[in-house]
Amino acid sequence: MLKIECPWCGERDQEEFQYGGEAHIVRPERPDTLTDEQWADYLFNRANTKGVHAEQWCHGAGCRRWFNVLRDTVSYVIVAVYRPGENPPGGGE
Amino acid sequence: MKKNRYSIFSLARNAVSYHQDWSEAWRSPDPALSYDVIVVGGGGHGLATAYYLAAEHDVGRIAVLEKGWIGGGNTGRNTTIVRSNYLWDEAAHLYEKSLQLWEGLSQELNFNVMFSQRGVMNLGHTLQDMRDIYRRSNANRLNGIDSEILTPAEIKAKVPAINVSSEARYPVLGASFQPRGGVARHDAVAWGFARAADARGVDIIQNCEVTGIRRENGAVCGVETTRGFIGAGKVAVVVAGHASVLADMAELRFPVESHPLQALVSEPLKPVLDTVIMSNAVHGYVSQSDKGELVIGAGIDAYTGYGQRGSFSIIEGNVAAIVELFPIFSRVRVLRQWGGIVDVCPDACPIISKTPVQGLYFNCGWGTGGFKATPGSGWVFAHTVARDAAHPLNAAFDLGRFSTGALIDEHGAAGVAH
Repeated sequence: MLKIECPWCGERDQEEFQYGGEAHIVRPERPDTLTDEQWADYLFNRANTKGVHAEQWCHGAGCRRWFNVLRDTVSYVIVAVYRPGENPPGGGE
Repeated sequence: MKKNRYSIFSLARNAVSYHQDWSEAWRSPDPALSYDVIVVGGGGHGLATAYYLAAEHDVGRIAVLEKGWIGGGNTGRNTTIVRSNYLWDEAAHLYEKSLQLWEGLSQELNFNVMFSQRGVMNLGHTLQDMRDIYRRSNANRLNGIDSEILTPAEIKAKVPAINVSSEARYPVLGASFQPRGGVARHDAVAWGFARAADARGVDIIQNCEVTGIRRENGAVCGVETTRGFIGAGKVAVVVAGHASVLADMAELRFPVESHPLQALVSEPLKPVLDTVIMSNAVHGYVSQSDKGELVIGAGIDAYTGYGQRGSFSIIEGNVAAIVELFPIFSRVRVLRQWGGIVDVCPDACPIISKTPVQGLYFNCGWGTGGFKATPGSGWVFAHTVARDAAHPLNAAFDLGRFSTGALIDEHGAAGVAH
């Protein structure tokens, strides 16, 4: 079980959260200009990182706000938590 | 193959020598400098691919590279359910081909895979569940797949231990039943395919992890491994949960995400359940192994993970559902619990496809229910690799469907992880 630190509420049990998938995927500004392959890449393709993964979680049974988490997908250790619009700690993306 | 053929006579002959003279079931050769086809991944699907390549196609020298030991991944971690009652034509035809191969597999491989057609029952607990079950069952019959609808009284007659009371939290309203479905011995499937492939000259190389896919002018020319570079004319990747990791080696992006999927078995019991029970609504499935253990499967964790373990809350919810269905199981003790990593596609259907890299093929995305497809998956993938073109049975399962939009939405039939 994960203990997740909500940036607003503090550390809570994983049961209070919903998983929102890979973080920092930006919806293309002009979908009508994309090829089918580019649109499919946005819709379906994912990094599916083995290692430290930037992902979204929602504190659904708490403050109901979204935030980002850096989590190791092998050890499941949470490396960092940061708010939407913030850059991941330690650079990157 | 002749010399090592298993039969009642070989058993008797070896009994005379106290079973000291059985030969190894497959060799452990050192890798050659190059092969015509390299299959990456020595699970059931990879070994089946190598077997059908050797048995039904003329492709030259074949090797299977496995990073651990054969059948040590999801092949040895699943709950062994086999069925073909999928909704859409494309999926139904593929899984039905696989089920037909299962029916002759022990004879074909000369290895008892203990395929037991004890039937698979999918329960409905709500009016909408029952509508979906009728729709899927009718679709199955139109595709020539056996399917029956059972009333709660008929379910109770087949499975006396189940609770079909209307007082249950989610009462059982009915079920679909596929009599030809059942279970098989998962390790035997890996061993049987390995032995039969080895007998046809396939080199099975264990403890050999692929670390890179070498390409020249847009075509594959071999793989980097922990045992050095091995040249290859074609590379067929069948690595389940690690599909994205291998795709990354060829700079490809795939629409799959890897999730932990958990299962557990109880202490061995006397026979109490002689069919397979599955429920999408309460999310649990259970059968009883030949050893007497209840084999219980849970769902995937929502988060992605490669850790071969999942959250306790998933197991808790799963066991609650099973105990609600079978109050008699409430004091049964759990013997083991484990997790595997499944690669899930957005439409809950696999990818069995060529890739933009010439000579590189992927078979992945089977998600939570790949075991049942083991022979069929290997059979169509062998065809795809040998002919450099999909078989009609897997043409719809190519990578291109994600950009054309021709997805095959099987979340209904595949929705319960198993």
